[in-house]
Amino acid sequence: MERPPCIGVLALQGSYDLHLGALEKLGVPARKIRLPEDLAGIQGLIIPGGESTVMSGVARDCGLFQPLQQAGAAGLPIFGTCAGAILLGQGGGFPERLGLAPVILKRNAYGRQWDSFEKILPLKPFAAPFQCIFIRAPKIELQEPGIDSLEVLGWDGPDPILVQYRNLLLSTFHPELTEDLRVHRYFVERARC
Amino acid sequence: MSIPNPSFAPSHWNEKVGLARMLCGGVIMDVTNAEQARIAEEARAAAVMALERVPADIRREGGVARMAPVARIREIQETVSIPVMAKARIGHFVEAQVLQELKIDFIDESEVLTPADESNHIDKHAFKIPVVCGARNLGEALRRIGEGAALIRTKGEAGTGNIVEAVRHMRLIQGEIRRLTLLRPDELMAAAKELQAPYELVVEVAKTGKLPVPNFAAGGVATPADAALMMALGAEAVFVGSGIFKSGNPAKTARGIVLAVTHWDNPAEMRRVMEEFDSPMRGLDIRDLPEEALLQQRGW
Repeated sequence: MERPPCIGVLALQGSYDLHLGALEKLGVPARKIRLPEDLAGIQGLIIPGGESTVMSGVARDCGLFQPLQQAGAAGLPIFGTCAGAILLGQGGGFPERLGLAPVILKRNAYGRQWDSFEKILPLKPFAAPFQCIFIRAPKIELQEPGIDSLEVLGWDGPDPILVQYRNLLLSTFHPELTEDLRVHRYFVERARC
Repeated sequence: MSIPNPSFAPSHWNEKVGLARMLCGGVIMDVTNAEQARIAEEARAAAVMALERVPADIRREGGVARMAPVARIREIQETVSIPVMAKARIGHFVEAQVLQELKIDFIDESEVLTPADESNHIDKHAFKIPVVCGARNLGEALRRIGEGAALIRTKGEAGTGNIVEAVRHMRLIQGEIRRLTLLRPDELMAAAKELQAPYELVVEVAKTGKLPVPNFAAGGVATPADAALMMALGAEAVFVGSGIFKSGNPAKTARGIVLAVTHWDNPAEMRRVMEEFDSPMRGLDIRDLPEEALLQQRGW
């Protein structure tokens, strides 16, 4: 049997323990990424939910910002949830983004915690709908329709909530807050090939 | 007559605990104005806590400590893009309702403020936004969760810059959790009676070996090493009150504590963090404080 890939989880701040827990349940070897040398040998990376301002700044302080950018540009599969998606996308000003995906991520686009919500929504890769939990969530803005190899895998009304662009997977909701492992499995299976 | 409290329970629980989980591995910093909030956000605070005076000043100046003025809270909300928390007095559900109307992201029902009710805490299930409460032991933590707290923090002894009480409370809570996991199912009701905690929550903790909500440290964190110590003892994030803006260099202290909460288990990185750190707040020896000056005794 093929050995499952080792997935790194960026563990600077946020829900990294929940992502590590999900990977453990899938039987996938995983490790925390806190320093540049931790990146060696991983076949995929998860950037968790949390505060994008903290992760961006601490990544700079830890010398991880550029190595992450380079790894993403070189094709390392990266899955960003909420704050992680914000870092993967574009957006001017604060915080500094990795800017690897050609979509704009608008922070706190639904409002404050009062506007956080939970919704059962269909996602393209799965037969049954998914319990999507949005916490002070961002919105993904597609810059121009028809960017090559950009695929929207889930919508909440007019807003994309799960987007695949080449090696990058972005979700504005938090699959790590549920017991449902399907999004993690989808990512790990893609990291393998 | 029924109290006009809209009840959202038990819905919104995932969003409430979800926000608490997003703060894990981060530092929540006390701020009293917009300028401090801006410094905190730039120094990588995961959230800021709006209050009228930091605990060290409340301790020194005395008087009744209340919720921060609304104008001050608004100014802080307009200044930063990270979550803004604010403190309400223990049992003062109207202060909490006002904070909810202000769309604050998280309420702290806090012993640092002067209690408004000496018997009852706020019914936190009645709120759509999450509430955090302090605890000194497992029974207190589970009573607060039973009332709907979506996050627990150690009480420690706020405004002292002395970590000893936070360590005591965290070790006690973790020790009591470990003890529960060793009990037989037929011993859990007696344990619930002893802890004065809801039976269902005692059963859950015995089964999972952890609280059903995250557990942060607070009350006395003054240095990066203090923050790392609390993480090593099982805290999932750290609140810093007076420790930042009562230090010689708030921005530097804040950034050091943030790095410590990331690198707490890496002594080489911690050495680097501590090399940069030089001007902590002046602390207080708890033994010099009279019993009635202890904030941790507030709440029940």
